[in-house]
Amino acid sequence: MKTMSLALRNLLRNRRRSLTTLLAMVVGLVAILIFGGYRSNIIYGSQTGFVQATGHLQIQQKDYFLDGGDNPSAYGIADYTKIIDLVRHDAELAPMLTIVTPNLQLGGIAGNFTAGVSRSVMASGVVVEERNKMLGWNDYHLTSYAHPLPLSGTSIDSVVIGTGVARKLKLCNALKVQGCTQTAAIKVASGKQEPDDIAALSNLNDASAQKQDDTRIEMLAATSHGAPNVASLNVIHAENMGIKALDDVYLAMHLTQAQKLIFGSAPPQVTAIQIQLQHTSQIPQAKQRLKQLLQTNFKDQPLVVLDYEELNPMYGQTMQFMDSMFGFIATLIGVIVLFTIGNTMGTAVVERTVEIGTLRAMGVRRSGIRKLFLCEAAILGVVGAIIGLLSATVIAYLINNSGWTWTPPGYSYAYLILVRVWQDMHLLIGSLIGLIIVTLISAWWPANRAANMEIVDALRHV
Amino acid sequence: MYPVVLKQVVKTYHLDAVDVPALVDINLEIRPNCFTVISGPSGSGKTTLLNLIGCVDRANSGEIIVSGQPVHKMSDEALSDFRAHHLGFIFQNFNLLPVLTAYENIEYPLLLIGTPPAERKRRVQALLDAVGLNERAKNRPGQLSGGQRQRVAIARALATEPKLVLADEPTANLDSHTGAAIIELMRKMQREHHVSFVFSSHDPQVLAEADDAVFIRDGHITSIERRTSGEEVLA
Repeated sequence: MKTMSLALRNLLRNRRRSLTTLLAMVVGLVAILIFGGYRSNIIYGSQTGFVQATGHLQIQQKDYFLDGGDNPSAYGIADYTKIIDLVRHDAELAPMLTIVTPNLQLGGIAGNFTAGVSRSVMASGVVVEERNKMLGWNDYHLTSYAHPLPLSGTSIDSVVIGTGVARKLKLCNALKVQGCTQTAAIKVASGKQEPDDIAALSNLNDASAQKQDDTRIEMLAATSHGAPNVASLNVIHAENMGIKALDDVYLAMHLTQAQKLIFGSAPPQVTAIQIQLQHTSQIPQAKQRLKQLLQTNFKDQPLVVLDYEELNPMYGQTMQFMDSMFGFIATLIGVIVLFTIGNTMGTAVVERTVEIGTLRAMGVRRSGIRKLFLCEAAILGVVGAIIGLLSATVIAYLINNSGWTWTPPGYSYAYLILVRVWQDMHLLIGSLIGLIIVTLISAWWPANRAANMEIVDALRHV
Repeated sequence: MYPVVLKQVVKTYHLDAVDVPALVDINLEIRPNCFTVISGPSGSGKTTLLNLIGCVDRANSGEIIVSGQPVHKMSDEALSDFRAHHLGFIFQNFNLLPVLTAYENIEYPLLLIGTPPAERKRRVQALLDAVGLNERAKNRPGQLSGGQRQRVAIARALATEPKLVLADEPTANLDSHTGAAIIELMRKMQREHHVSFVFSSHDPQVLAEADDAVFIRDGHITSIERRTSGEEVLA
């Protein structure tokens, strides 16, 4: 009690200096918490996006991820329904599962022959209801940008495309895509200009053809036997996929339609079984169990289990980038706080040299002197941590309600700027403990100097 | 038993490459319940001698026995505990803790030795009464005059009921009138509490009040005057 009380009074003795030190700590902590909260939002946001899109885990044929993206028939999983049943009914896995769903990725060329345009697309054959359930995963309670695929209850030939695909296939107007500027078709120069009446007739004919079947496209793909196959598809909606590179090639269709296109009348296959778990932290356990199940029951198939980080290398890169930024800022602030407190405590030791000598003469041990100065630093640390946390909470609230947005590099629409302070307990507790540790470390040297003073020298100090 | 016995004590300071002898072969016995003044000119070694008796400095050689304990053999920790329990200090500049009130300054040594709260309160109150500062109990040192501060310092020195109080020029920063009052107070407290006071001082007022006077010059004790019969000492 006496040490704490004395430490507190010593801090109050030079209020201005204590306040300045406190301010440095508060500013430092706020900067760490706000940037850390922003980093958390980006990392958890990315994780949520990837888990919604690809699941936590995927069962694929070995090497499909590296080499088989454009060759679904070579890397198809034949007994996928058996595998899905096995996973769904496994006693260890079942409580962890949100969804287990098949997926068939295929590449092809989509063409709007009425408009005379075509482009290559990456199509995804999905079980719509299951896919939409996957999009609902939001373990971190974030602002979700995922919309359910509007393919529920639609005919087998219905598809959804990215707004980039719609633009390139000149379907923006037909699909009423907002903000989609459709470029004019490049007229191929002919040797001789047709007469006006012929041209007018031709335009009338084109316009009526567009109106008759204005959202119909054809998709050309290679079957499992290598022959070309064409499916006539009805585009019912264009969705902004966020990332421009994806938005320009995205096409989602019913799994049965995709399988018909690739496998025809042969037994259908899929390229991946997507598994979404309740929580990301369950990945190691689920992955281990899946490997066991596949090794025991499907020895003959070279199947592998990949997690969302392996499937989306960009997630790891984003994490690495944000972590290095956060580490740099935190180190910088830590050093500033370290020197500020060290300077404050050092000055206090010099100013109170005679007092230290008096205390020692009265019987306070060296450890008691050390404890006194460390207590002063600890009080500063704790008070700084509390004020810093409160300030960061207020600032985070203001930012989260400001409506500020930004468009990340490579993305096609803006995201809300959000800061997760209280939602990231690791960051919160780590920052608070970090601040107190930095405070104690910075006070250690001055406290030690005070403790090791010779009493007679201290009493003689002027 | 003598509260302080020094045998063949030598203290040398090392200043750069030069050894400066501060005390040379000091042999001294301080009688119990006496007012002992160590006197001498500046630089004679009186404060050094007081520091050695007060266990705040160490001799290069010799034996120092305080309250029957060979303090020259004690560790730093043991010396701290020893000072807390057995010694009281009064300083020339009062050296009160500026953030504590008069009451708390007197109470602080009692907290160090773990005195129970009720006993602490009783002792502090009694000492405040004795030094006449009851009205000023809640004042901090900055709100007290020099004389009042020294009264608080005297009360603080006696709080743990030590058998030996050391005072380094206690009247040097006081005017003669206040100095005389402080000497009178210390004398009164010394008699009431049956405690030995050892001063370093060249104040004639202090010297005049001394039971024993130890004269020191250039690190040597030149003479010891036993002015009163003092208390019977068992060998």
